[in-house]
Amino acid sequence: MTRFPGVTHAATAVFVSILLTACGGESSDPTTDSPTGLQITGAGATFPEPLYQEWIRRYNAEQSDARFSYEGVGSGEGVKRFIAEAVDFGASDSAMTDEQIAQVARGAVLIPATAGMVVLAYNLPGVEGELRLPRDVYVDIFLGKIWKWDDPRIVAANPDLELPSKLIQTVVRRDGSGTTFVFTNHLGTISPAWLNEGPGTGTLLDWPGGAMTGTGNEGVAHKIKISHGSIGYIEYFFAKRLGLPIATLQNQAGNFVKPDAESGQRTLETAAAERMPENLRLFVPDPDAPDAYPIVSLSWLLLYGAYPEPEKAAALKAAVTWALNTGQPIAEDLGYIPLPANIVSAATRALKAIQ
Amino acid sequence: MALNPFEHADSASSVSGPPSGSDYLADSVFRIIALSCAALIILLILFILWEIGGLALPAMAQHGLSFVSGTTWNVGTQEFGVLPEIWGTLYSSFLALILGGTFGVAIAIFLTQDFIHARLAAVFRTIVELLAAIPSVVYGLWGIYVVIPMLRPVAEWLHSELGFIPIFGTELSGPGMAPAALVLAIMILPTVAAITVDAFRRIPYKVKEAAYGMGTTRWEAILKVMLPTASSGILAALVLGFGRALGETMALAMLIGNSNQINLSLFAPANTLASLLASSFPEAGQIEVQALMYAAVVLLLITLVVNVVGLGIQQYTVRKFEGKA
Repeated sequence: MTRFPGVTHAATAVFVSILLTACGGESSDPTTDSPTGLQITGAGATFPEPLYQEWIRRYNAEQSDARFSYEGVGSGEGVKRFIAEAVDFGASDSAMTDEQIAQVARGAVLIPATAGMVVLAYNLPGVEGELRLPRDVYVDIFLGKIWKWDDPRIVAANPDLELPSKLIQTVVRRDGSGTTFVFTNHLGTISPAWLNEGPGTGTLLDWPGGAMTGTGNEGVAHKIKISHGSIGYIEYFFAKRLGLPIATLQNQAGNFVKPDAESGQRTLETAAAERMPENLRLFVPDPDAPDAYPIVSLSWLLLYGAYPEPEKAAALKAAVTWALNTGQPIAEDLGYIPLPANIVSAATRALKAIQ
Repeated sequence: MALNPFEHADSASSVSGPPSGSDYLADSVFRIIALSCAALIILLILFILWEIGGLALPAMAQHGLSFVSGTTWNVGTQEFGVLPEIWGTLYSSFLALILGGTFGVAIAIFLTQDFIHARLAAVFRTIVELLAAIPSVVYGLWGIYVVIPMLRPVAEWLHSELGFIPIFGTELSGPGMAPAALVLAIMILPTVAAITVDAFRRIPYKVKEAAYGMGTTRWEAILKVMLPTASSGILAALVLGFGRALGETMALAMLIGNSNQINLSLFAPANTLASLLASSFPEAGQIEVQALMYAAVVLLLITLVVNVVGLGIQQYTVRKFEGKA
C-alpha cells in the first residue's frame, strides 16, 4: 500500500466525518477535534452510500488530519456536481460519458471502488423455491408482454413451482439511477425489442405499462415487499437486507445462475481480464462466462486529474488506496461484491496519475 | 358577596364611564393589527402565486397546454405531462368525498338529531375530531400495514366475480387507488363531520319542533326539514373536505403506488399531483423543477376551481332551500 504518512491522518479524519454525518453523529464532532484538518467532500450514487459511509467511519477513526464527507444524491446528480466542481470527488454507478468527461477541465479519473449486482426481487406469497427466469421472459415482463405469473413461458421454465394466476406488478425507479442504467443496458444488449419497442437504455426512463415507481433502491424494495405479485430490479444488497426472494436468471451461456458475491466476482474478474479499457470504464452488459451472473456492474469514484492543493490530492489518494485494499473485505460483509485482484491493481495504477 | 360591585361606579375607571384615551388607543391599535394581519394573508397568497408562477413560467412557455394533456413524465427526453396525475388526484379525491362525505354527514345526523344523549354525543364528537390530529405519515403506515392486507381478499373476490366491470378490472397487488381513497376518506371525515354538526346546530330548535308539531316522523323531519335547511353548511363541509383530499400528500405518496397511468380500476396503482411533487423534488434538476412548479400551479388552479364551484353551488342552495337572498 502506498501511504503518505503526513496525509493519511487528514484522510482518515475526512472519512470519519463522512461516516459521522451518515450515522447521525454518534461521537463528538470531528471538526472540533482537528481545526486545521482538510475538508474533503463528495457526492453521488446512492447504491454504494452505505459502504462509503462505513469506510469513512473506519478510516476517520484511524487518522485525524483530513475529514471526508459523502452525500448520496444519485449518480446523475453526483456527476453534475463533479462537473460543476462543487465537490472534491464524485461517485457514479454509470461512470461518466465521454461528453461528460470532456467537460471537466481538470481531467477526470474513474476509479472502480466497489461492485454490485442488480437482481430481480419479487413477492409471491405461497411460492417457495427457486424462481427461474429465462432471458426472453424477464425482458418481456418489463415490456408488459408477460403480465400473469402463470404465463406458459414462466411455467415452462419452472415446472416444479405452483405459480398463481396473479397479475405481475412491475416496480421501477422513479429517480435517475445508475441501477436503472445497468439494468436497462443489460436488457438492451440481450434484446433488440427492448431498444426498438421498449423504453431503451438510460438512467431515467418512461416505463411501459402500469409500473409502480419507488424512490431509491430502498423505495423500490419496500414497494415490492408490500405488493403481492410484484417484481422489480434492485441492488443485491437491498434485497438481502429486506429478505426478499431473488429470481435466478439465465446468462448468455444458457445457464441459470443465482446471484451471490462469488458468482458476481467471477463475472467481473473474467470480464476485466478480457477487456478492461484504458479509462477503467468497464461495463459488463452481458457476460459470456458460463457461470457468470448476467447483471453485474462496477461503481466508480470520480476524481479530478489534478488538484490545486497537493495535500488534498495526497489525502484522497491515501484514502482511496485504503478503500481498494483494507476496504474490500468490509464491502463483502455489507453485501457488496469485493473487487477482484486484477481490477484493484488497475485502479491503483490509475490512482498514481492523480496530481 | 363581600365586595360591593358598585363601589367604583362613580369613579373615572368605572365600566359605565366614557371611554378613556387609552381605550381609544387600544381600539385603533387593535384595528390596525387586525387589518394588517388580514392584508398579510392576502399578500402571502399573492406572493406564493408570484413565486411559483415565476418559477413555472419557462415550463409554461415551453409546454403550454400539452402539459395538461400529456401522459409522459420523462426527464431524459424533457417530455412532461400530468394528465395521469390530474386524473389520479381528482379520482382519489372524488372517491374519498363519496365515502367520507356520506359517513361524515351520517355521523353528524347521528350526533345532533337526538339519537343519543347529548353528553355521549359530545364524547363521540371529540373522538371523531381526534382523527384529524393523527399525522399523515401515521395514516400512510396504517394504510400499508392494516388497510392493504384487509382489502386484499375483498379486492380479489370483487375482481374474480365482477371483473368485467371496469372499476374492478385489475387485481390489487398492494398500493393502489382503493386503499388510498379509503384512507383519504377517513382523513377528511373529521372535517366533514365537524362542520356538518355545526350546520345542524345552527338550526333553531323551534324549526324541528314545528316539523314535529305538523306531525312528521323523525326521519321525515331530518330528510325534509333539517337536511335542506343545513344544506349550505353541509356543502361547505364537502367542499372543504374535497379541498383537503386534493392537497393530501404524504399518505397518498405512500399508498397510491406512484404509477404513471390512467386506469378506471379501483385496484390499479395511480399517482397524484401532490405526491408527484413530493417524490420528484428532492432529485429534480432545474428543468424538472420548472415542470414541477407548473404542476403545482395546475394543482392550485384545480383547488381554486373546486372552491369557486363549491361556493357557487352553496349560494344556489342557500337561495333554494333557505329562502335567503
